[in-house]
Amino acid sequence: MALVGLDDSVVKEMYSQMLAARVFSQRLFNLQRQGRAGTNAPVDGNEATIVGAAFALDPERDWVLPQYRELVGLERFGKDVLDRYVLFCIGHPDGGHIPEPVRVWPPQISLATQLPHALGMAWGLKREAEMESRPNESCVLAFIGDGASSEGDFYETGNFAAVLDAPLVILLVNNGWAISTPASSQTRAKTFSEKAKGFGMPGVTVDGTDALAVFDAVKEARTRAIAGAGPSLIEAITYRLAPHTTADDPTRYVPPEELAAARERDPLTVMKSEMERRGLWSEDWEAATLVQADERMEQAVLAAEARPLDPESLFHHVFDELTPRLSRQRQNFGAGR
Amino acid sequence: MNMVEAINHTLHREMTRDERVMVFGQDVGVNGGVFRATEGLLNGFGARRVVDTPLAEGVIAGTAVGLAAAGMIPVPEIQFLGFSYQAYHQIAGQVARLRYRTRSRFDAPITIRSPFGGGVRTPELHSDSLEAQYANVPGLKIVMPASAADAKGLLTTAIRDPNPVLFLEPLRGYRMIKDDVPLGEHTVPFGQARTLGDGADVVIIAWSFMVELSRRAAVRLADQGVSARVLDLRTLVPLDVESIVSAVETCGRVVVVQEAPETSGFSSEVIATINDEAFYSLEAPVVRVSGYDAPYPTGMLEDYYVPDVDRIVAGVLKAIGEIA
Repeated sequence: MALVGLDDSVVKEMYSQMLAARVFSQRLFNLQRQGRAGTNAPVDGNEATIVGAAFALDPERDWVLPQYRELVGLERFGKDVLDRYVLFCIGHPDGGHIPEPVRVWPPQISLATQLPHALGMAWGLKREAEMESRPNESCVLAFIGDGASSEGDFYETGNFAAVLDAPLVILLVNNGWAISTPASSQTRAKTFSEKAKGFGMPGVTVDGTDALAVFDAVKEARTRAIAGAGPSLIEAITYRLAPHTTADDPTRYVPPEELAAARERDPLTVMKSEMERRGLWSEDWEAATLVQADERMEQAVLAAEARPLDPESLFHHVFDELTPRLSRQRQNFGAGR
Repeated sequence: MNMVEAINHTLHREMTRDERVMVFGQDVGVNGGVFRATEGLLNGFGARRVVDTPLAEGVIAGTAVGLAAAGMIPVPEIQFLGFSYQAYHQIAGQVARLRYRTRSRFDAPITIRSPFGGGVRTPELHSDSLEAQYANVPGLKIVMPASAADAKGLLTTAIRDPNPVLFLEPLRGYRMIKDDVPLGEHTVPFGQARTLGDGADVVIIAWSFMVELSRRAAVRLADQGVSARVLDLRTLVPLDVESIVSAVETCGRVVVVQEAPETSGFSSEVIATINDEAFYSLEAPVVRVSGYDAPYPTGMLEDYYVPDVDRIVAGVLKAIGEIA
């Protein structure tokens, strides 16, 4: 791995964001159990893929289109990402509004549908650069999972992205499971990354428990994208260490010995080893980082729960202005309640 | 100018007006579209703005979402509306919801053009009228011009609208419908129906090519001493309720014509609206003339399926009580 160049401070920051992501996620899980949040999807096992990718990108130039599990790990793109995601999880409509200038899209619940959007955006950024007669300096990274790779949108996007030489990076996080369906039931291909060959783009498989390996692969794909050499597919292999969502019971289908083995390669453990190797880790530092994350989350939750809700906003944002029909419905809104 | 020429002329004008406008879809470039709606655009504006896409409706509609978010004005074409089933998850699930789910961080100035409708002996799935499916999707405007001048005026409005528009073009009308099209700036606002004729016995409410057939039916009815007017809705979403109410108040008798199957068609929505807003102005039950609840049939059967002048005339006679 060509990681010699990565500063200790960056590695430390990456690890602290990975730790924080898990804290945020566990807090959301608990909020659901307390009836304060809706169904949400724990991040456990995906931290290295999210943070590794986020650090390989330029938050001022690049865009991220997540699926949904990623929103707790994109703090590098701006504090609004987590704050809005907490709103999203408690069911507040503003949760879908990640404000300017943060270059992250809200969660996408319909799997793989964000891939054509990511491609359209990559195409549009390239077109914008052409219009302004300057080189393109932006790429778009879209996350999907092993399960979503079976959707038509994955194939249609991969194919068209290569045709357009679009500055797109598809980061396929293979965490072994699509709810209860194992990756082996999604495909007979040896790897998910070899599907890239059919698209006519490079495909690579990396260790998704190793944030630095993910960082490297995304960095390379980004360089290629911005050079105008086209899209890439990265498969990052990890293991889902928690239920699919708060509504799932994985004891029905996850072999316990498999899960136990996967825990040995918990992305947090892998990164902690790297921290130790570099002499950066201490118990006090980690404890302080966890407390900081917890306080950060506490603020996010309190702010979300205190955010006003206007029931009439139900009618806003369908169009830029209310149609006469929506206007009439809003006027009658509340009658008979 | 015929309707397809009016559409082509409008695309040229709007691409000239704003360099963010991009046209893409299957065969829209070198071939100029299978109906020539995009003829000359590739030469005029280049391969970066006029793009032949792979044959995949889902990604055609889906990339429009991302292009719009990146600040472009996408005008994708779905070659035939029947194939929009393969893009339905993107059109209904994503294009229509982009603004809502992002609380207007992203608007979606997307105009999806697509031809539909019968009368030209197409193979399967080329003629289906799916407007009611889409009218039931919050966040989409549904525009269905019936004249060449309106095709220009409404398409111009659509491309400049910050909301997603499904712009449906009648296959049969592409060359058959010809009228005077203003060559300069010409826009037609959404939600304003157009009245043809001033008959006061009955109003025939229709959209797209059914307006042309209703107009012919009105001419024939005039020979029989029945004075009918035609109300061309132009846009289903937004719907011009005021003009519907006013026509019902004037005429008291109503026929609604649609090419789509009867059940849950948009005529049901028109009739429910009359029920809500103008029930006491009715002198007789509203009559529906529509396709049947059967899949759009093969060529040899289509004349039995699509409403024609005879069926519209019969519908009117029923509404005025001359036949049972």
